Amino acid sequence: MIVTIEEIQNEIIDEFSMFEDWEERYQYMIDLGKELPLINDKYKTDSNIIKGCQSKVWVHAEMKDDKLVFTADSDAIITKGIIAILIRAFSNQHPKDIIDAETDFIDKIGLKEHLSPTRANGLLSMVKQLKLYAIAYQTQLK
Amino acid sequence: MFDVESIRKDFPILSRKVNGKPLVYFDNAATSQTPKQVIDTIVEYYSKYNANIHRGVHTLSQEATDKYEQSRKKIQAHFNAKFSHEIIFTSGTTHGINLVANGFSSILKKGDEIIVSALEHHSNIVPWQMLCERTGAILKVIPMDLEGELILSEYDKLLSPNTKLVFVNHVSNALGTINPIETIIEKAHAVGAAILIDGAQSSPHIKADVQALDVDFYVASAHKMCGPTGVGMLYGKESWLKKLPPYQGGGEMIAEVTFEKTTYAELPHKFEAGTPNICGGIAFGAAIDYMNTIGFEAIAAYEHELLEYATAKLLEIEGLKIYGPLKDKASVVSFNLEGIHPYDVGSILDKLGIAVRTGHHCAQPIMDFYKIPGTVRASLAFYNTKSEIDALVEGVKKAKMMLS
Repeated sequence: MIVTIEEIQNEIIDEFSMFEDWEERYQYMIDLGKELPLINDKYKTDSNIIKGCQSKVWVHAEMKDDKLVFTADSDAIITKGIIAILIRAFSNQHPKDIIDAETDFIDKIGLKEHLSPTRANGLLSMVKQLKLYAIAYQTQLK
Repeated sequence: MFDVESIRKDFPILSRKVNGKPLVYFDNAATSQTPKQVIDTIVEYYSKYNANIHRGVHTLSQEATDKYEQSRKKIQAHFNAKFSHEIIFTSGTTHGINLVANGFSSILKKGDEIIVSALEHHSNIVPWQMLCERTGAILKVIPMDLEGELILSEYDKLLSPNTKLVFVNHVSNALGTINPIETIIEKAHAVGAAILIDGAQSSPHIKADVQALDVDFYVASAHKMCGPTGVGMLYGKESWLKKLPPYQGGGEMIAEVTFEKTTYAELPHKFEAGTPNICGGIAFGAAIDYMNTIGFEAIAAYEHELLEYATAKLLEIEGLKIYGPLKDKASVVSFNLEGIHPYDVGSILDKLGIAVRTGHHCAQPIMDFYKIPGTVRASLAFYNTKSEIDALVEGVKKAKMMLS
């Protein structure tokens, strides 16, 4: 069964549409953040830190078969929840599909405020970083 | 009697809602809100006498020049400078610091020493590092203790005849610590060093008397004192300002220009190249008038009451730790919940309409000292209320519940 990034994103949008208010939305993200041990500690290196984040964010990427797999972590739990959502949407996909993927689902699930540069939580940097990894691995594939 | 409800009516922004909740603004140390008296001054400037200053013979230019220079005199009177030409308009505290640092690059020699404190804002460290790179001078740091106070016995050890400049903030932006600047100034002068005090965080709470302090330079920003952003002041003793070379070249700062030689204008214009933030400068004066109408003693007393209330209420929350001094500080509470990242707390508080600052507050060395990624900082102003503090406390409890 092949599940596309778009399908996963739509699934996430559906899930978030069930929440009545910000509290439920945030509680869900916090729970996602708590659940996931996201990265092997050996990848929590300075070179894997995404710059421009108020909370620390580490992202590691590796190819498994022909798919790009992301693992990540943060020291802030809401940020971690956001990462969990991003990883669900973008990990285990072909680099080309990651490069081409739209990112407006973040708006649609009511996390737009986390995109603001003033938040400095780096959601924007995170998305950019995932795409950069995809571009790098895509270049290697060629 | 201090009537906070009537004061709040002066601030249009305080009646707005954020995320459907009444705004609770506790980020005053980053920027203060603007009363209608200052907003009206800005509107009046652009509606009635917007013109370039110090050059036009026409009426608008003269009116604008008069207002701008009146504002300089208000700032002079407020900080009790001896002469109005000792007040230089800047774009803000950072500009003032850079102006002094740049001036000292022609004075310092290799091996000279500059002393700064461990409680500084980034902007207070970088210009001196740059100055040291340019001149070969050495930067020394007065360390702090766990209570967030400077260790003065260490300061004594750093001082020597090599010390040429000491630079300390009056109040720490991250912790609210009030530094004993009288002693720090006296000791700097005892070894013949000049001293610059950063008043950005103190000027909204404490009225500084530059002559009584005998300080050589003092800097502040209008936007922390109910004024607009993009304007600030540098006070410098006349003798020092005459000694320092101009910072930037341009219009306003020259007396005569030929291709062979330029003679510089007299103070304060020597340091005010180009068209300044005229409206901002005038509004700065209006902001000082506004704060003086309320009165700094009344402001300090009320803010102290708020601070004590906030400290006591917040400390009732289990696992909440306050950084820096608990008493005798400016109205800043910098705290963390045990095991919870300040960013998470700030995000939840924002959802509740409560504006706080989270992060390292541009004071990373202080955060490194405490080995924390940052803090949640609530900075209180005279227009805040106890019921807003109650909202903050409830918000922090809610954040704790959601996040732990």
